[in-house]
Amino acid sequence: MTPLINLLAAQAEVPEVIDRIPSGFSYFVIPFTVGIVFFLCWIGVGCVRLLRAVPRTDRLRLWKSLFIPKTAAKNIKELFCDCLFHVKIWQRKPLLGYMHSAIAFGWFMIIILGHIEVALFVPARLNVTRGGLFYPIFYRYFVWMNPGHTTLRGAFFFFLMDFFLLYILSGIALAVFKRFRSIVLGMRHTTKPSFADRVALYSLWMIFPLRLLAESFTADLSGGSFLTIPVNQFWHFLFGDKLWFMPCWWAYSICLGLFFAAMPFSRYMHILTEVLWILLRNAGIKPNHPRKGVAEAEIYACSSCGLCLDACPMNVQKKNLKFSSVYFIRFLRRHNEKKINAIADKCLMCDKCHALCPVGVDAPALRRAQRATVNNSLPYDYSYLGCPEGMVPEPIQTYSSNPEVLYFAGCMSHLTPRIIKSVEKIFKAAGVEYAFADRDGGICCGRPLMLAGKTDAAAATIAANKKMIQESGCSTLVLSCPICFKIFKEEYHLEGIKVVHYTQFINELIASGRLKVEKTDRKMVYHDPCELGRGCGVYLEPRAALSQVGTLVKASKEYDESICCGGSLGSLTLDTHDRAKISESSLDSLLVGKPETIVTACPLCLKTFSEAVSNAKYLTEPVQVKDFAEVVCEH
Amino acid sequence: MVDFGFGLVPSSRINLDLFDKEKYEELAAMEPDVRICMACGSCTAVCTAGKFVPTSLREAIEAIKNANPEKALQMLESCQFCGKCSMVCPRGINTRHLILSITKVYSQK
Repeated sequence: MTPLINLLAAQAEVPEVIDRIPSGFSYFVIPFTVGIVFFLCWIGVGCVRLLRAVPRTDRLRLWKSLFIPKTAAKNIKELFCDCLFHVKIWQRKPLLGYMHSAIAFGWFMIIILGHIEVALFVPARLNVTRGGLFYPIFYRYFVWMNPGHTTLRGAFFFFLMDFFLLYILSGIALAVFKRFRSIVLGMRHTTKPSFADRVALYSLWMIFPLRLLAESFTADLSGGSFLTIPVNQFWHFLFGDKLWFMPCWWAYSICLGLFFAAMPFSRYMHILTEVLWILLRNAGIKPNHPRKGVAEAEIYACSSCGLCLDACPMNVQKKNLKFSSVYFIRFLRRHNEKKINAIADKCLMCDKCHALCPVGVDAPALRRAQRATVNNSLPYDYSYLGCPEGMVPEPIQTYSSNPEVLYFAGCMSHLTPRIIKSVEKIFKAAGVEYAFADRDGGICCGRPLMLAGKTDAAAATIAANKKMIQESGCSTLVLSCPICFKIFKEEYHLEGIKVVHYTQFINELIASGRLKVEKTDRKMVYHDPCELGRGCGVYLEPRAALSQVGTLVKASKEYDESICCGGSLGSLTLDTHDRAKISESSLDSLLVGKPETIVTACPLCLKTFSEAVSNAKYLTEPVQVKDFAEVVCEH
Repeated sequence: MVDFGFGLVPSSRINLDLFDKEKYEELAAMEPDVRICMACGSCTAVCTAGKFVPTSLREAIEAIKNANPEKALQMLESCQFCGKCSMVCPRGINTRHLILSITKVYSQK
């Protein structure tokens, strides 16, 4: 033991790492330093400008949220899971997740480890005035490992650095491969990179191979591990004893500088803006303008990865790909008003891009805000809604006593009365005491107005409906249209009244035994309406109820990946022909399990699919399209 | 002048000299579906707002073609954009966007 301790003590006297270049500066660091200084200034000014554009109350909310333990914990979790490990991408596309987390997490670790090394071995160099900006990045260039002095500490870092470099290189290799064959990584469509994207992309590809090259050239001086040492020996074998390593370090520095200079104008800005966006999002701050304040953070958080291209139901036609969220956000960034409006109006608002977005950019909400900038100021006259005499929907006066349940069918259910008939039959069979709010027609819930961007007009119909519901004195409000359901749940703020969709209500009736159903072997597939599934998170209740009456088969895309039926009210400008194409693709996805019946829970989906099925000539066996309540009713 | 025993009611007189071709073309560029309406009136029949006050897309389109955009705007200002008309339209007209476009084009002075 004693000789070992003596050896260690002797080693401690001689420093393990010697400053090879005492000045701690070399001209090759200039490109990198210029790039990073420009980048830091840009992001600093940007942050200040952005936070100044956010209203004061929201700003206070942001600062406060940082100290609320629950939000802070959520922040930390999301920062690690989303920014570094990309858990959301891993879950859906493992190879893509590996690629992205290799580059992000690997790079993060290399930067952190580089700083730790400097802090441990040459701590004075962390000072900004002594090169703290670039020294940790080019650490291997500046130092000289004292030969014969090999503590485990140094070797440990050498190993880690090489390990993470290899990890990143594997990610880069996948990224290069993805450029040519993205489908292997699970992406059918990819975004067209802009000029700044290209500059940043190619320099990003070059950074890590060049780092390997540069570090391997100096590995015999400044140390290395399983990756850099063998490569270094290979260079010695090729070029002899003396290695001319400056060009590699220059190239490495230039690539880094180029990357950071191009970053603010490219998709790679998301690396840092995503952090800001997560903090703002978790503080509960919502954008109220498509371009200013919080929206700006959201726009810059978009990584332009193109996962929304595969998600968009409009992707069945190549010409409509340009209306995807990724391009919407790109044009928002460029302030291209004409294109922004065209894209904002085309979208079906199915929310799938939002559900699948790895960064959680709520593009449909931005589109709504954009529509509002154009349409909210259009004139309207809803004075008739406030007129008390003879204008209020009749049923209000006919409530005998306070009903347990108030049923609001909504405009569209009145065009598909089979839904209403079935719901009423079920209520009677289960002995539910209910009042029918709009038996003779009511007014619109306001959601279609919201989707069209007429926010103020929506508030007027909401107020009228709210009054009607509160006067009824009901304790539960049952809705049969998911479009109504979403807005009643989110915007009405009906205190003391439980707002449920009829799928949830009927499922409860079955579960509690109030409604008796018999199970058959009828093969059914359930279509998740956008507003009910992604919009309100109701996926399981309708499936639970349906599995009590028949056998559910799977669709190729379901739950939050379900494809919009094409009938959505969300789109303002999509024409019938394009909509039919979407219906077709949605139908194809539903029919993979060869069901006898397609079940849906939305009057609009019901109507769209009924038409699509009657138009589909390729169907060999007849397929029925039924509403959820209808199916439950039949059993 | 010969008295035929009947005459035109001045308020329903159509003056096509006032027809603003430019604005109509602007509207048609924004929403081409305006040209394919066959005036069946399905939209009016199902209209949610129509239960309360006269609201009719069919009449609005007719009014525009008859050079009376004020009447068209009045016919549509009560619209709630619920989309029932687009569900029933036999010509597959994008009614909601048509209504928005009419309001946009004709409400600018």
